[in-house]
Amino acid sequence: MKYAGLLVMPAGFFLSIAALILFHAAAPRLIFVLCGLAVEAMGLAVAVRGHMEESRSHRP
Amino acid sequence: MTTGAISPMTDSVFALTLALLLLAPLAIAGLALVNTGLGRSRAAAQSILGSLGIVAVAAIVFAAVGAAFTGSPEGARHSFLLAGKSWSWLGAGPWLLGGLNSDSPQNQLMLLFEFLAVALTAMIPWGSGAERLRLTSGCAATALLSALFFPLIAHWTWGGGWLKQLGANFGLGAGFLDGGGAAAVHLLGGLSALTVVWIAGPRKGKFPKEGLATAMPGHNAVFVLFGCFLALAGWMAWNVAGAVLWLHAPSSALAGTAVNTLLSASAALVASFAVTRIRFGKPDASICANSWMAGLVASSACAGLILPDAALLVGLVAGLITPLLIELLELAFSLDDPLGSIAVHAGGGLWGILAVGIFAPQTGQLLAQLLGIAALLGLTLPLIYLLFRLLDCVLPFRVNAEGERIGVDLHELGSSAYPEFVIHSDDSRQ
Repeated sequence: MKYAGLLVMPAGFFLSIAALILFHAAAPRLIFVLCGLAVEAMGLAVAVRGHMEESRSHRP
Repeated sequence: MTTGAISPMTDSVFALTLALLLLAPLAIAGLALVNTGLGRSRAAAQSILGSLGIVAVAAIVFAAVGAAFTGSPEGARHSFLLAGKSWSWLGAGPWLLGGLNSDSPQNQLMLLFEFLAVALTAMIPWGSGAERLRLTSGCAATALLSALFFPLIAHWTWGGGWLKQLGANFGLGAGFLDGGGAAAVHLLGGLSALTVVWIAGPRKGKFPKEGLATAMPGHNAVFVLFGCFLALAGWMAWNVAGAVLWLHAPSSALAGTAVNTLLSASAALVASFAVTRIRFGKPDASICANSWMAGLVASSACAGLILPDAALLVGLVAGLITPLLIELLELAFSLDDPLGSIAVHAGGGLWGILAVGIFAPQTGQLLAQLLGIAALLGLTLPLIYLLFRLLDCVLPFRVNAEGERIGVDLHELGSSAYPEFVIHSDDSRQ
């Protein structure tokens, strides 16, 4: 689960870069970059969740 | 491979910046003291020796490899063309600091700044692994950071890389701005700290099967708070030097940069004092110290670019979010970060980078800052985790069970920091 989350994160980065190349107006660029950051945040949340489950199962 | 050009520096500005950079190691010393004081007495000697070792390894590896990958704004670099624009992704400087003496004075100062920055970056994950991270593993992780990750981010932000070029290539303000290293130092260090905490796991007894996390308070509040004073002196010098080197600030803006640094830290401390007073009935020294550091970290990105009232606001927000983040990471996310490195450096760094976009007058600056955050979070964190995970297979990050039982000072160094004192009974039992 942690690896799945970490794999999602670069997708968010590439989405943000695509915004720069695809759009010239400020508003769609900002929206696209925010979407990219949201994807990264989701990936991070999944990774953190994966860590929590892992650490809970290893508790003494 | 392409090159860029910047305007030369006068002798007086060179002398001032050099003097400031000679004061900047106080920030490193301050952080080392804070890290040592916030850990338990059983790990004090390993913590401070590790800090020194990490500075040494970072300097050697950066001189050998990292400086070449970092490059300089007017030096050679590796670029590719995409959508008709040049994207510089890595520096292509000489190996082993070749040609340093014949380089321009400004480039020499930039290199000195980067040497200090890489040392500070590497000390952040060392702090998060306190009391269970092995000295050799900490040094190996430092070598990776200094050879690969720091040069990559430093080139993007300071060496004329694609993040810095966002202004010229895409009209996004002045490109990504980071005068004092909120991104290349603190956010990168904070993300590395997160991966170290993930890989090394919590300290023994930190998270019992039932109930809340066990409190493991630091052993020396005086170290922690004196470290905050040292850090202030170093940070003021650091931010002013950064403003000269990376933001090309005029001399009229330099005193303001130092004042903004102080205001940001002060507002963070006052906010945290109030939050912990309300939350626990009494102000908490370690959380207040962490908030002070978070205020300094947040000021790293923006002190040279904003007005004093905005600096107060930046510090206030840093002081409010730091105690909440520390509690959230420990209690909700089961992350054992003994020194609050993730909250202070990743949290404070993120907020500082964002604050530049919010308070800077140029249009498009916010977008440039958001892209910088996206690059660091989306690309660097998975890469650091992957390489640190591989490193952990070769050189295990965590000390063995016996080492953790007797404490890393005795286990790794053969003697404790305070040999005349009896080890606390609670420590020896865990």
